[in-house]
Amino acid sequence: MAGVAVSTTINGDTIEYLCQPDETLLDVLRDRLGLTGAKEGCGTGDCGACSVIIDDRLVCSCLVLGAEAEGRRIETVEGMAHGDKLHPLQQKFLEHAALQCGICTPGFLIAAKDLLAKNPDPTEEEIRFGLAGNLCRCTGYDKIVRAVQDAATVMKGA
Amino acid sequence: MRYIRPLSIEDAVGQLAGSAGLAAILAGGSDLLVRMKGGFVEPELIIDIKSIAGLRDISETADGFSIGAAVPCAVLGENAALKKAWPGVVEAAKLIGSKQVQGRCTIVGNLCNASPAADSVPALVAAGARAAVVGPSGKRTIAVETVPTAPGRTSLAKGEIIEAILLGKRAPRSADAYLRFIPRTEMDIAVVSAGVNLTLDEAGVVTAARVAIGAAAPTVLLVEEGAEALIGRKLDEAALERLAKVCAGACRPIDDKRGTIEFRRKVAGVLARRAAQTAYARAGGK
Repeated sequence: MAGVAVSTTINGDTIEYLCQPDETLLDVLRDRLGLTGAKEGCGTGDCGACSVIIDDRLVCSCLVLGAEAEGRRIETVEGMAHGDKLHPLQQKFLEHAALQCGICTPGFLIAAKDLLAKNPDPTEEEIRFGLAGNLCRCTGYDKIVRAVQDAATVMKGA
Repeated sequence: MRYIRPLSIEDAVGQLAGSAGLAAILAGGSDLLVRMKGGFVEPELIIDIKSIAGLRDISETADGFSIGAAVPCAVLGENAALKKAWPGVVEAAKLIGSKQVQGRCTIVGNLCNASPAADSVPALVAAGARAAVVGPSGKRTIAVETVPTAPGRTSLAKGEIIEAILLGKRAPRSADAYLRFIPRTEMDIAVVSAGVNLTLDEAGVVTAARVAIGAAAPTVLLVEEGAEALIGRKLDEAALERLAKVCAGACRPIDDKRGTIEFRRKVAGVLARRAAQTAYARAGGK
């Protein structure tokens, strides 16, 4: 199989890579670019652990081909913190202990970032609905919802 | 396997028609990539249609709306004019998958995947939507209900691509609605579903109706008797009873762990009735 040459933007940096035509964006991020924040849970778009934002749209990177990233703008969990300064969502996930095993956490952070970008003042129901594409088998979701609510308050004040 | 990203629909059609092995169209990929991952399909060629001019647009024309084949369902929900004219189509499209899937999945993909349980298809059939098909011998438009022929199969010939879904211009006092039954609250596949589209006169009498039932037969059912039960009447109890009865009778469902034949028949009638009431209220009927 001939490789596909791709030029894209990831977390603000121009990135070029070669990938196989049937390789998913998730595999490119993890195996070629060393961006292992996005996780493979199901690989079929059900669990949301591989969530990234492409051109301001939340998507599962397991359901995107690496070749499709040409000319697009991708945001991953690695782009959320600025140096040592955590994003408010990351800080609040820590403070509220909104994680246990942590596998789902990068997907939740990215999905919550997308949610708050579009709806800075969501109700609890809107948070639960907005994050329904992300599965967590540890927390029971409550702590995640509280962390997102708290982060929304902090971000509105900023 | 090869991946190509043609810039024109003619090029895409040429590549599709000329492919020796299995060629697959990629728009949102929410069905295709899952099937590739599961080993159910191994395309020799993937044709990504998202760079073709116009395919990512919803345009309002003199004849109504044209929804490009690569428009994600999330974008349908953000289009105020479309939502106002065709609320049932939009609510059906918005039921497909999670927010992540909404950012990718398309109604043309939903149609061409040809699942009997596809959410947007009964709503499109009730809406009288047409599919704009481009192929090696030119363009044609066909009724949406003629596209799926069996689970996983369509009537499209080799080399043909649906480039858009066309929805007509709205007559005054018209509205549609879509409902499905699933055993949980969100994100599941319809056990049975119903789409209803109505036009009323000034007195609230139904002058035109289309009724479609999903997940109750190998393909979506256009229930003409259901429409006949409503036309010429206000949405009185007798009309609703008749609607529920003929919809239940039209079903040819399977019996499985998600729903028995008896359950699917009964719920098809209930959903048609409720969707008709919602469409009637949206159209301004009282």
